Amino acid sequence: MYAIVAGGGKVGSNVARSLLAMGHEVTLIEQERGRFEQLETELGVVVLEGDATEIHVLERAGIARPPDIVLAVTGDDEDNLVISQLAKEGYGVPKAIARVNDPRNQQHFDLLGITQTVCATSGLLGLVEHEVPEHGLVKLFELRREGLELVEAQVRAGSPAAGKRVAGLALPEGSRLVSVMRGGVAELARGETVIRPGDQVVAVVKPGLELSLRRVLVGD
Amino acid sequence: MKAVIVGCGRVGAAVAKQLVTDGWDVTCVDEDESALARLGAWRGGFVLGHALDAAVLESAGVAEADAAVVATGGDNTNIVIGQVLQKRWEVPCVVVRVLDPARAAFYEERGLRTVCPTKTAISVISEAVRATADTAA
Repeated sequence: MYAIVAGGGKVGSNVARSLLAMGHEVTLIEQERGRFEQLETELGVVVLEGDATEIHVLERAGIARPPDIVLAVTGDDEDNLVISQLAKEGYGVPKAIARVNDPRNQQHFDLLGITQTVCATSGLLGLVEHEVPEHGLVKLFELRREGLELVEAQVRAGSPAAGKRVAGLALPEGSRLVSVMRGGVAELARGETVIRPGDQVVAVVKPGLELSLRRVLVGD
Repeated sequence: MKAVIVGCGRVGAAVAKQLVTDGWDVTCVDEDESALARLGAWRGGFVLGHALDAAVLESAGVAEADAAVVATGGDNTNIVIGQVLQKRWEVPCVVVRVLDPARAAFYEERGLRTVCPTKTAISVISEAVRATADTAA
């Protein structure tokens, strides 16, 4: 596989190092002179000095071949967005993965069609939320391309769903219960499954319906 | 008519002042408060903040804007903000300054109206030199 890695900071350099160790072909682009020299000393000719948002730099890196994947992992979100757009729209690179430094910029990546993103802050927050079930609804996983997410809820005594059959729940259109976990054992949710206090239920939901789903399952 | 100017540097501020003189309702956005000084006795609006922040753009009134000019110091910032204004807020006229001719051409082809001062300078300078050569001949 051929990969272009844009940005030789901690993320980019480590990804490049790992890909090289796996036997892949890599070009790592770094703009800052001191950092470039350091990386070049360590990794050799695979490191290219330049601004990865400049088309001629990308072309020197072999963007026109095109590579199998471009990783836009600089510390600047606008740069990562532009690199991904140039790669995908300009050169037909099949896969571009962009790093989102500021989670507030995620919406711009979504809007501009860069669907494969990685955001350390959001990932960390998701992990923290997963450890704090008191929030009501916890996002387990996002199927970004499908426009769906998996969420988990803890049903308590007094929750609207407690004591009801799955078929009898007024779940919002665009959501579905997947499983019910009780006493450490998960069962697929069926229409006749009765939800009890203490159950952990997993649902699949379209983004934006989380609140209405939460209302039905655990209340406000 | 309402215009939002993102990036209130030399270009942004001058365009803003011109539009106000022409009778436009203009709001400038810049992350640096000292940019306000470039506007002189300013009658328009000014919003302090980064224009990738949706709340900043909203309070500048992009939802009702007829036109937007994006001229911050960063090409990629301008390219991203320009596309966001076009796609999310459907601002009818978005003009984006891009200094790099290659990127300007790339995004121009994809429906973003770009202005590339570098390209203009190249053609004006070449033209001037050519004219001198013609006169000498």
